[in-house]
This record gives sequence, structure tokens and C-alpha cells, in this order.
Amino acid sequence: MSQPAIDRSRMQVSNEIAIQISAMNKWYGTFHVLRDINMTVMKGERIVVCGPSGSGKSTLIRCINRLEEHQQGQIIVDGTELTSDLKNIDIVRSEVGMVFQHFNLFPHLTILENLTLAPIWVRKVPKKEADETAMYFLEKVKIPEQAKKFPGQLSGGQQQRVAIARSLCMKPRIMLFDEPTSALDPEMIKEVLDTMIGLAEDGMTMICVTHEMGFAQAVANRVIFMDQGQIVEQNEPREFFNNPKSDRTKLFLSQILGH
Amino acid sequence: MSDASYVREAMLPAQKPPASETGVVHWVRANLLSTWGNIVLTLLAVYVVYLILATIGPWLLRSVWTAGSLQECREIIEATWGEGKRGACFAVIAERWQQIIFGFYPRELYWRPILTLVLMLVALLPILFYETRRFSWWVGVLFAAALFGSVWGHASPVVTVLVGIAAVCLGVWLCVRGPQYLMWFSLIFPAAAFWLLWGGTVWLPVTILLGFVLGYGAYRLVSALNGLAGVIAAVVIPILWWVLLCRAAADVLQGIVPIALVELGSDQFGGFLLSTVIGVSGITFSLPLGILLALGRQSDLLIVKSFCVAFIEGFRGVPLITLLFVASLLLNYFLPPGTTFDVILRVIIMVTIFAAAYLAEVIRGGLAALPRGQYEAADSLGLDYWKAQRLIIMPQALKISIPGIVGTFIGLFKDTTLVSFISLSDPMQIVSSIRANQEWNGIYWELFLFVGLLFFLFCFSMSRYSMYLERKLKTDHR
Ligand SMILES: Nc1ncnc2c1ncn2[C@@H]1O[C@H](COP(=O)(O)OP(=O)(O)O)[C@@H](O)[C@H]1O
Ligand SMILES: [Mg+2]
Repeated sequence: MSQPAIDRSRMQVSNEIAIQISAMNKWYGTFHVLRDINMTVMKGERIVVCGPSGSGKSTLIRCINRLEEHQQGQIIVDGTELTSDLKNIDIVRSEVGMVFQHFNLFPHLTILENLTLAPIWVRKVPKKEADETAMYFLEKVKIPEQAKKFPGQLSGGQQQRVAIARSLCMKPRIMLFDEPTSALDPEMIKEVLDTMIGLAEDGMTMICVTHEMGFAQAVANRVIFMDQGQIVEQNEPREFFNNPKSDRTKLFLSQILGH
Repeated sequence: MSDASYVREAMLPAQKPPASETGVVHWVRANLLSTWGNIVLTLLAVYVVYLILATIGPWLLRSVWTAGSLQECREIIEATWGEGKRGACFAVIAERWQQIIFGFYPRELYWRPILTLVLMLVALLPILFYETRRFSWWVGVLFAAALFGSVWGHASPVVTVLVGIAAVCLGVWLCVRGPQYLMWFSLIFPAAAFWLLWGGTVWLPVTILLGFVLGYGAYRLVSALNGLAGVIAAVVIPILWWVLLCRAAADVLQGIVPIALVELGSDQFGGFLLSTVIGVSGITFSLPLGILLALGRQSDLLIVKSFCVAFIEGFRGVPLITLLFVASLLLNYFLPPGTTFDVILRVIIMVTIFAAAYLAEVIRGGLAALPRGQYEAADSLGLDYWKAQRLIIMPQALKISIPGIVGTFIGLFKDTTLVSFISLSDPMQIVSSIRANQEWNGIYWELFLFVGLLFFLFCFSMSRYSMYLERKLKTDHR
């Protein structure tokens, strides 16, 4: 498959830290789901997280915006530590955008209202300005003509692009993606991946749980492999795919690449 | 061989269905006469309908609308239609409809409940049809008509003309300025209704409303220092105001600027006026309370959660009639001595609590039907708990619960007839007292029909409105 050339001029990793996770542990009841996670993400990094189902990938990125609470260790996002302090949680959440596997658009609001809701109510942006920003991002994900429709009237790929635009309207510094293409029909995967590539080209810091290895090779600067709640291996994509170190990584890659 | 490789070279356009699939004949065949069994059932149904019409039709046809007593009615019918013929005697309704509707409200003061009703429509329209702006014309016209009609024949010509001019100005202003100001009217309407119906000094409802303003002011001032203290101040200060100062302040103001209507006691309320006062108040107050209870039941805070569960299960597990007896007899024991607490107000509180407990469960069903992803999306966008509830969760949960909510409201409205057990005069009670009269002794169908029809109109319009709302809010288009 011939990919259009990717513009890498703005895909630069800075030496400022965006996310710092140290000695982090999490349990669901007695189940030790994340075990001693240590991870540093620099501004501008594009990280792909992969691993078998149930290995804790979703839990990890959901800890970063506190949709899940960790019990031990430290998570610092853009200089703010996540504790039970609600103020810090609100700060982090308004800096970090998240895109879900099942889109989670608000079905009772139009596309435009979906996009302007958080800017108006959280950032206190005037409605007119919020509308303009929303239309700008809808253009960016290439569906401005759907603004007045409801989510139920859109295809899956369109809904996911709206979800991405909704996050972008909050002007986040970091974007988290949790299997954004897994619920889509094959012909719609590409349109969502193209949107994400466009985002990477703009220099967004991204952590992306996905099994789209083509995307990982084209865009990521680092691939993280998780198994049983631990980070088993991480490397830059070429090394990761051509020269995996651990046996579990090899097994996983052989399954997912279909050999 | 050639069959397997058959392919279509030109795409077929869509064609009309065969004639037998459409039209009246097809419908009758498919729905009434499809099998022998269905033919028999159809004939049977036609016969039953005929029997009913054959009985009721002539009875209605021979109805009498003007007569002084049942005896007179019967004489008129026999004189017109012949010996032994029966007919409806609606004369009783023509004679006594005011009593069924207004109870013992003084006749010369009927304009007050009528004005209240019209104002209630004015207050409701902007809420019921909050997205359509066409209603603002209606509101203007209704408002002007109400204001004018209320003084017609009750005041001197000068006052009537002045009020008429004011009414027209107000009406025009409302038409032009539209709904944004009408919401404010909807907010103060309960106090206005209270004053119009019970009368007394105008300053009492004003000072009661002032309590809300004080609460809001306290919240704004104190919550700048501390959020929780702000909430506490917003609750405590208005309550202190209402309990300690409200009435005294009203008396002082009345001394300075005396404006008052003739004061009426709750024993003068009855009939549909009573049912509507209790029903509409119960509906208005139980919905917010029910929402809070449903949210409280889902709370992570153990105390809040247990309180809400106990409240809901406790009040749902007790018959309404028991609560009404508590309201009429026992409640005064628990109140500080010397406080008099209007009996209708007590009933409204009980009915509200009872309906709220039911609503809480209905709404909890709606909440449970929402996928977790909605909460997560709201959280991840940085919306706090109350904003997420108000903007994302509740609009969807309430939409799902509309049929259940309206069902509860209809039940509540009909249950207001139970107040007859604590010697308040609901419509049925009034009917009984009419039938106890010598002139109307022995009549029942006509009165029951009238009362039933009025209840039906109220409940049916609620039902139709809920269907309209469901249609309007439908956004899934699948
Ligand atoms: N809310 C929860 N309560 C209990 N266990 C959970 C919960 N969410 C996930 N788990 C468990 O934690 C493990 C990791 O889940 P998850 O992070 O969703 O894995 P992944 O995204 O890698 O497939 C799984 O075994 C899952 O069953
Ligand atoms: Mg997952």
C-alpha cells in the first residue's frame, strides 16, 4: 500500500517532559493490573502502546487522565501531579484529550454542540468563538458539512473523527487514543488514521493504544509493548518490528502480523 | 453452466409494489378478514360496538340541559319522547358545574382561580415548548386577556380601562420581547399563584421569594471563600429567614404599603380547584426532588446514599393514604407548638414526597441505561460532576424516562382524589354532596361522566405532550 509522504518537519521530540510516571502500581480489588510502571514521555513524542488483550494498556492510559485511580507511585502530567486533589484532576483533564474505542459522542447534541460544549462550560469561551473553533477543527477532520447533524446520523469513521475534533477543541497539549479504529469497518479505518497522522504532523504529543502496525511504523517514534500489566519492551519502531528482544514480543508480533 | 455465470449487466430501477399490496381493500383483507377466525372476531366486535352505541346513543340524544331537579328532567323526557323513555339529565351539570370545579370558593372571587389558571398556562408555555418561539404570541394574548378579564365587572370603569391599557401594553411587549423574560415569570409564578388563590397581603409571597434571593446572594458571597460553606449558607440562611423573619417583614411592609386580597381559608378549596392545586404543585416539586434522590442513590458518599435509599424505599413502601393521614393528624405533633401549618400545604408536601420516591426509581432506570462511556467522555473533557449531570447525563436519562415520569405524574394527579379521606373536598366528594341533595338524589352517570371527562382531559393532554416531547427529542434516527 502506498502511503502519501508524511511531513516530518514538525514532528520533533523536545527535551521537555510531558508525562512522567514513576513506580506506579494499580489494583482492581485484589487484581494487580499495573505493576511498577516507569515511563517518561517527552513533548512531541508519538508513542504506540500494544500488547495482548487484558494486558492493561487501556488502564495505563486511563490513569494518565485519572479516569482510573492509581494506588502507588507518581504520575505527573505537564507539571501537575495527579492526586486525589480535584483541582489538579480538572487541570490535567482540560490539558489532555482522549479518544475512545466507541467514540462516546453525546447522542442528544448536534455535532457542533458536541464540539463546543466543553470549551463553553469548562474554558468559558464565548459561544461565537467556540463555534468558530469547532468549525475550524471540523474542516480539519474533513466533515464541516455534518455540523448540524446528530451523531446517530454519521458513519463510524465520521463519528470517530468528530470525537477527535471534540478533543482538539479544548486545545489539549497531549492526546490519548484507546484503540480508536478497533470498532470501525475496514473501509473507515484509513480516514481515521489519516486524521491522526495529520495530528502527528502538527507536532501533537500522542499516546496511542492500537494494533495498526502500519500506523506505528509510519508515525510513532517509540513503540511500547505491554504484557500482564508490565512494560516488557520498548524501542523505536524499526528495531521493535525487525528485531524484537523478548520472546513474548516475538510471539505477539507473529500473531498480529499473521504469520 | 450458463446459469452459474449469469450476471446482470444493467442495474434494475426500483419498481412499484403489486396493487394487492396497497389500498383500502388490501388493508381490510390483511387486518380484518385474513382468516376464518378473524372474520368471526371482526363480526363479533362489530356487534358489540353496535350494542354499546344502541344503548348510549339514544340516552345521549334525549339529554336535557335545563331543569331544576331530577324529577323535572324525567318529566321533560317523558313528555318529549314518550312514556317510559330514559335520557341523560345534564341539567345537573349546568346547575352545579361551578361547585364541581371551584368547590366552596366564593362565587364573586372566581376570577382569582381563573386568572391563576391562565397565568399558569403563561408560565408553562415557555417551559413546555422551550425551543419553539411561536408560542410567544399566544402568551401575550393570553396574558392580556387574563389581566383584562379579571377586572371586568369587578372594578370601577376607570380601573377597568386603566388595567385594559396596561394589559394590552404588557401583551404586546411579551409578544415582541419573547421568551427570555418569560422564564422569570415562570419562576415567580408559584408565589403569584399562592397569593391569588389564598389572598392576604401581597408582601408574604414577596418575602418568601426574597428568601431564595437571600440564599443565592449568600451562596455567591460565601462560596468565594469556601465551596461547602457556600452551599450550607445557601440552605441555612433562607430557612432562618422563612422561619424567623419572613412573616414579620411582610407585616411591616404591609403596614407601609398595604396591598391585599380577601384572605381565604383552605376549607374553602374543593373540587377540581383543589385537585389541580395539589396535583400541579406535586408535579412541579416532585421532579427536582426525584432527580436529586436518584443522583443521591448513586452517590459514592455513604451517608448521602443511605439516606436516599431509606427515603425512597420508606416512602414507596407506604400507601399514600397513610401519608395523608399523617399529614392531616400526626404532623402537628412533630411541629413546634403554636405553628399552624395549612392542611393543603401539608398534603402537597406528602404527595410531593410520595411521587418523588417513585420518580427517583424511574429516573434511576434511565441513568442505568446510559453507557459508562458517556460519563467517561464528560470526565475526560474536564466537566465537573454537576455540569456533567446537567448537560450530558440528565438530558439523556430523563429522555429515556419520559414514559415512566409521565405515568407517575398521571398517577399523582388521579391520587389527589384520595384527599377526600382526610375530609378535603375532592371532585368526587362534591359529587356525593350534590347527590345528597333532594333535587338530585338518584343521579349518578351524568356527574361521574363529567368528573371523569375532566380528569381524562388533564391526563390525556399530559400523555400527548409526553409523546410530542419524545418525538422532538428523538435524535438517534435509526
Ligand atoms: N473496572 C475494572 N474492574 C476490574 N477489572 C478490570 C476493570 N477494568 C479492566 N479490568 C481488568 O484489568 C485487566 C486489564 O484491562 P485493560 O486495561 O482494559 O486491558 P487492555 O486494554 O490491554 O485490553 C483485564 O484483565 C481486565 O479484565
Ligand atoms: Mg483496552
